[in-house]
Amino acid sequence: MKKSADSKITDMKERYRSGVLKYRQMGYWEPDYEPKDTDVLAVFRITPQDGVDPEEAAAAVAGESSTATWTVVWTDRLTDSEYYRARAYRIDPVPGTPGQWFAYIAYDLDLFEEGSIANLTASIIGNVFGFKPLKALRLEDMRIPPHYLKTFQGPATGIVAERERMNVYGRPLLGATMKPKLGLSGRNYGRVVYEALRGGLDFTKDDENINSQPFMHWRDRFLYCMEAVNKAMAESGEVKGTYLNVTAATMEDMYERAEFAGELGSVVVMIDLVIGYTAIQSMAKWARRNDMILHLHRAGHSTYTRQKNHGVAFRVIAKWMRMAGVDHIHAGTVVGKLEGDPNVVRGIYDTCRETHVPKNLEHGIFFDQPWASIKKLMPVASGGIHAGQMHQLLCHLGEDVVLQFGGGTIGHPMGIQAGAIANRVALETMIKARNEGRDIWNEGPQILADAARWCRPLGAALDTWKDVTFDYTSTDSVDYVATPTVAAG
Amino acid sequence: MHLTQGQFSFLPDLTDAEIKKQIEYALAQDWAVAIEFTDDPHPRNTYWSMWGTPMFDLKDPAGILMEVKACRAAQGDKYVKVLAFDSHRGFESLRMSFLVNRPKNEPGFELLRSEGPGRKVQYALRSYATGKPAGSRYG
Repeated sequence: MKKSADSKITDMKERYRSGVLKYRQMGYWEPDYEPKDTDVLAVFRITPQDGVDPEEAAAAVAGESSTATWTVVWTDRLTDSEYYRARAYRIDPVPGTPGQWFAYIAYDLDLFEEGSIANLTASIIGNVFGFKPLKALRLEDMRIPPHYLKTFQGPATGIVAERERMNVYGRPLLGATMKPKLGLSGRNYGRVVYEALRGGLDFTKDDENINSQPFMHWRDRFLYCMEAVNKAMAESGEVKGTYLNVTAATMEDMYERAEFAGELGSVVVMIDLVIGYTAIQSMAKWARRNDMILHLHRAGHSTYTRQKNHGVAFRVIAKWMRMAGVDHIHAGTVVGKLEGDPNVVRGIYDTCRETHVPKNLEHGIFFDQPWASIKKLMPVASGGIHAGQMHQLLCHLGEDVVLQFGGGTIGHPMGIQAGAIANRVALETMIKARNEGRDIWNEGPQILADAARWCRPLGAALDTWKDVTFDYTSTDSVDYVATPTVAAG
Repeated sequence: MHLTQGQFSFLPDLTDAEIKKQIEYALAQDWAVAIEFTDDPHPRNTYWSMWGTPMFDLKDPAGILMEVKACRAAQGDKYVKVLAFDSHRGFESLRMSFLVNRPKNEPGFELLRSEGPGRKVQYALRSYATGKPAGSRYG
């Protein structure tokens, strides 16, 4: 590395002369730094303003997300400022994208409060994202050391205990979001829940914006939904659940709604990402205390996760949510109606489900991430998926996932129960075929067509949605391989 | 009613050849196969009677299928399921569960409602069959 006038100033008198220094001169760029096992690591995509060199931009990000301010302050000298300073230690040009770099930054463990996503994020995505010398900034990935991970609760229930409670093994769980999203009365809403569960789904779900509106207040919804859940359980002999959305204006309201869901015997409650990190952690602790599965709908995330040059990659949000302690998270479908490059989605699913996630740039994973004993977070695939895609869903997403067919259940031409039957038969048929060693990626359509010969609802589903695909190029893709197409095969 | 617990209950009953293929899959994953039976199919009846312990050391699908047949012969008027246990870290739980026998007549469950204040209802499921003593519930 070149030694220049911009290098770290080591003479203390010169370093702390009042005025403005470059961040590099202040010591936030340290290319020789060897990250410690206990460091929190972050990799940002930086787009410096014209004339700002990438080392200085990386140093500025390190500075602004840790100890620095815009000018020299003598009060630094009252602390062990070397120790608290974050360090940019590496920059790589983004392949094929001039003007952008990946900047790696190490933070000492002592910069963060134990068990607090709010504290972690206030540094890492705080002021720094509005910093003028950068045109754009994106947090791509983080490595959370086990030392810090172990200060978090993690998922209240986790995949293993959820399956044991639901008594469902060997296949993805099935769900559906109630439609229309808004306007149904409590009685009519419960009808849709009952039909879907009775047909064969494990879960139904409130949508993100169903809270307690004039057309249906929360208490009414909970009462009718639990009648539906219990009736479907009695008629199938299976455990069923409905995600009762307890999202509300205040924690007091959310606790009241969650308590009521518990009193009614619900196995699951739901919150939206928009309630904020602290509220999410509070609800995760409540869910652990009350044996409740906690479903998180990622409402709002696309405002900052989708564009590649600025914001926070969803894999980081998924990581924070696993630490924060939710049990379910919407994590992409690959083949459905919402954003989801196959490689990006794979990286997110690994982040949710694996006990150790190795570095894999082709999946957007920049660091090895050991998960210590933090439980596994169940990914949820929801949005524009249908029974005819079952082989693709299973190949892309695996077995530990909730597949949610909302329109793909409720929009079935023979009715909601028939829609649920079609999905359940398609799923069980495909699992059975996979276990028997068949090549479901290629034989999938034939396997479904064969089952449709004895299952009319499946035949009707395949006919209705046979040509529906959402094959658009993804906005958020990985940078280290070409982006493949989605629904081929 | 048709009890739909287990991963293949929406499909036509599995033939013995099909059951054997699923057992082969479980063994290929290094899972231990077990057989359990019950005449109390309440969805929260977690502990069915074990047909011996999980067959940790039996790696022969035909041998395991013989055990399935033996259990069926002895407990033919009850529900019988095949399970696969995964002892690997991160799982250490069941990975498969499917029915391989069910009683000829399945009377199902009654939904009991106990009404409380504020329109609140406490629900309970009661199997019609468990009104009779164990051993004389089906058939």
